[in-house]
Amino acid sequence: MANMLANIFGKSPVKPLEKHIGIAFRCAKQLHAFFAAAAKGNWEKAQSVRNEIERLEHEADDLKKKIRLGLPKSLFMPVPREDLLELLLVQDKIANRTRDVSGIVMGRKMQIPAEIAEQFLEFVDRNVDAAKQARKSVRELDELFTAGFRGAEVDLVEAMIEELDQIETDTDDKQAALRGALFAIEDTLNPIDAVFMYQVIELTGEVADMAERVGRRLELLLSH
Amino acid sequence: MEQEFVYITLAALFGIFMAWGIGANDVANAMATSVGSKALTIRQAIVVAAVFEFLGAVLAGGEVTDTVRKGIVDTDLLADTPELLVYGMLAALLAAGTWLFIASKNGWPVSTTHSIVGAIVGFAAVGIGVDAVQWGKVGEIVMSWVISPLTAGFIAYLIYQSVQRLILRQEDPLAKAKRYVPVYIFFAAFTITLVTILKGLKHVGLTISLGDSYFLATAIAVGIALIGALAIRRIQPDKKADKNQHFYTVERVFGILMVVTACGMAFAHGSNDVANAIGPLAAVVSVAQNGVITAKSTLPVWVLALGGAGIVIGLATFGRHVIATVGKKITQLTPSRGFAAELAAATTIVIASGTGMPISTTHTLVGAVLGVGLARGIEAIDLRVVARIFVSWVVTIPAGAFLAIVFFFIFKLVLP
Repeated sequence: MANMLANIFGKSPVKPLEKHIGIAFRCAKQLHAFFAAAAKGNWEKAQSVRNEIERLEHEADDLKKKIRLGLPKSLFMPVPREDLLELLLVQDKIANRTRDVSGIVMGRKMQIPAEIAEQFLEFVDRNVDAAKQARKSVRELDELFTAGFRGAEVDLVEAMIEELDQIETDTDDKQAALRGALFAIEDTLNPIDAVFMYQVIELTGEVADMAERVGRRLELLLSH
Repeated sequence: MEQEFVYITLAALFGIFMAWGIGANDVANAMATSVGSKALTIRQAIVVAAVFEFLGAVLAGGEVTDTVRKGIVDTDLLADTPELLVYGMLAALLAAGTWLFIASKNGWPVSTTHSIVGAIVGFAAVGIGVDAVQWGKVGEIVMSWVISPLTAGFIAYLIYQSVQRLILRQEDPLAKAKRYVPVYIFFAAFTITLVTILKGLKHVGLTISLGDSYFLATAIAVGIALIGALAIRRIQPDKKADKNQHFYTVERVFGILMVVTACGMAFAHGSNDVANAIGPLAAVVSVAQNGVITAKSTLPVWVLALGGAGIVIGLATFGRHVIATVGKKITQLTPSRGFAAELAAATTIVIASGTGMPISTTHTLVGAVLGVGLARGIEAIDLRVVARIFVSWVVTIPAGAFLAIVFFFIFKLVLP
């Protein structure tokens, strides 16, 4: 009898989702320390940061699996279950891209060319800003549920997503400028290094892309 | 003479045991929402429940108790063999208690009301004869079991929609909450007080005219709303816990409202569920004292008080543990959601008590919670449990009936 009332409530995915984006952001945040060390050629430090990135990415994966298991089809929620699962997926990709790009750099012990190092680090930071804004937006999920996905809270979150879009556009601009700068010096580089450098720029830019996709998914929830 | 004493004592023992069980398990559902949302501490919840369950039982429990003791069984047929009614009611009490015990052990969601009514219908239909049951009344009761969760759900849906529109979706929800929650307090206090005055005070010997009833209810409700408004004024925003929309503090404002609805819920629960324990006891007392059952025999107030006391003792002993356990699991029911469910459920239950319908308070509360869920107020509802609750409906009535029949024939053989 006491069980009846208590068991009516399924496991709410809201807090776990907010926790997950927190882990994904902490993972992306490591990129600054990682690339700073890589630019200086301090590969010991880079390796220890890389280990932290891998640990956080695993933590995110584990939480993702737990959340998926806790969302059976028999759960009745104010928003479709599929939309929440999609949001979770793109949140996780932020951590995945972070791990991918750090893996490539670590594996080849890639030296960032001194001419573009400072510009590159600014680019990295802007991508991390995008991830941070994604976290800020997703953390409004419990407030959105309280307001029933209507009203003033929606306007607030839409403004946050708008800002996220602007940051991502900013990273696109910075990415184009960076490629231009690399193009200017590519003859001075080992051809294989040059090609991989372009790839590293692109992969790093995908962190902000994934953050922007988080914003898109959140917007879909708002439209219900 | 001695016979009469034995019967009354047995019935009282079984009845108090049932009341204890209701206090230990059922009341938790009524109070857990307030504890889980931190509107009340466990100790405060127990005090509130103790006072208001008792008041509800005594002031408003009479109609339902009457239905249980003489509305289901056709007592005229038993004029020559009144002891059959005694055996039957004892059997019904024991059967319901046993079924609840079995269900508890297995974690099945069953209702005390369904159990006792099923048991009474069982012993009467099989033990005495199909004509012994007033099937018209039974039909009404079953209808009320269907209608009460639906009604509570509908009312809760409307209440929560209003909360969302007036407060939660607004630009400054905290200011809106401070303005509107006193109004909600007024309506909560008004509704429950009014229904109680209009329907419930007969058995305590009070009669108040219609106009006076409305006036009294309004006066009491205004008083409570003013106290609530004062308490709300003292709530300040919490910079650390609040985000942009100050929802954390908004919930604390609703917490004040939940204290009122918790009292209402305890009162309503007492008014309807006391009959499950005391109705059969009252029937036995009637027969034992008068030798016959008359349709007009009045319900002694001490019987209601005994039931109320049993509930309170059950609550104070075992109930605190259950409240704590349930309270931890229902954290999704924040005060803004919990009050909508409680107010809807309490109103429905009190109306049912006033019209003498024994309904399942737990199912009504679950219906109310689902109503809030339909208004997009609950983050996740497990529909499998909802399905299991419907299944338990179908199983409980035959189970209670079967057990009552068995005990009835045993008592017929064994008792003097």
